[in-house]
Amino acid sequence: MATIISLDPRVTRLSIEADAPAEQVITPEMDQFQTYEVFHQPKSGAHHVHVGSVHAPTPELALLLAKEQYARRGQTHNLWVVSTAHVITMSSGDADVFETTPEKKYRDVAAYMVRNKVDAFKKAQNTQGEEHQS
Amino acid sequence: MSTATQRLILRMADDELILAHRHSEWTGMGPLLEEDIAFSSIAQDKLGHAQALYQILHDQFEAPVPDAQAFGRNEATFTCCQFVELPNGEYDFSLVRHFLFDTAEYLRYGMLGKSTVEPLAKLARKVHGELKYHLYHAQTWIIQLSSQGTEESKARMQTALNEAWPYALGMFDPKDDDAALSADGVFPGEQALEDAWRASVADICAKATLVVPTDTAAMLGGRKGFHTEYLQPMLDEMTEVYRIDPSAEW
Repeated sequence: MATIISLDPRVTRLSIEADAPAEQVITPEMDQFQTYEVFHQPKSGAHHVHVGSVHAPTPELALLLAKEQYARRGQTHNLWVVSTAHVITMSSGDADVFETTPEKKYRDVAAYMVRNKVDAFKKAQNTQGEEHQS
Repeated sequence: MSTATQRLILRMADDELILAHRHSEWTGMGPLLEEDIAFSSIAQDKLGHAQALYQILHDQFEAPVPDAQAFGRNEATFTCCQFVELPNGEYDFSLVRHFLFDTAEYLRYGMLGKSTVEPLAKLARKVHGELKYHLYHAQTWIIQLSSQGTEESKARMQTALNEAWPYALGMFDPKDDDAALSADGVFPGEQALEDAWRASVADICAKATLVVPTDTAAMLGGRKGFHTEYLQPMLDEMTEVYRIDPSAEW
């Protein structure tokens, strides 16, 4: 029986039969560890920012594995992991509650024309000053 | 004629290089994606330690450049202990070896932080944090798969521990240089390290509800160039590209 010869010597060493019929492996549903959401804090005092998730059997292992997934490059001060099951979220069917938000310009600072009033005030101040000097 | 200090640095470097390569054989084949990445990263760190140690030998003791020391030597001139050469086997053995080796490594570098050999002390202090993570990684898995695991996972950890034990004791060979190293303030010695290692391993085994194996004869010889049948094939594979053109730049 011929075995698989691979460019990767580790695969060759496994002596996998080349013409064995492909076995269909059926895994049970949810055959995975639970997930944890990872929050990365680049420096002390900064916000923890969500960067992704990891699979792990326990919170301790989630933190351990998150360190290498999300903090092996770049500056890191701390990490949080939170069980995905503990995240409360809106249902996607309720996204319509956000629909009119972009139209509410009056909630933006930029929507207020304060600049005109400030300029007018400054001008009035200057005029007064000139009057005193004369 | 090499000094006790040179022999110490070389055996540390060779242990790191060979175990780094063994660990890296898991890359792409790890038991889960996240662990595959973490273990590969640990392997890369170990390679970095080896490189730094070969660099000290090059800078201070006129040894060849690190690449030549790592890839250009015969099996008989390697002074790694036999423990690090053993094939990975299954993940249980790799994890147990990682735990036993890294406990010793963490304690060793802790002792070397006060060494009178300044470049060695500097390196030891620099890598302290990453060694702490390696040890935390090893201990967490050992406890998870033993006291928190299934009957099968616990039995596998105990079997792997029993198999690894006599080879692990070979990490603390030789002790002939202990007096000289300790007198010069270079390193407190392999015996002092072994004592500290036994205490730390026993502590984690208690937490993991694993039985510390009874001592049998330590597997020695690696430090003198006598290796298991597994080292030469590994060196052949590891040095394959280097041997095609030793002067190639990457």
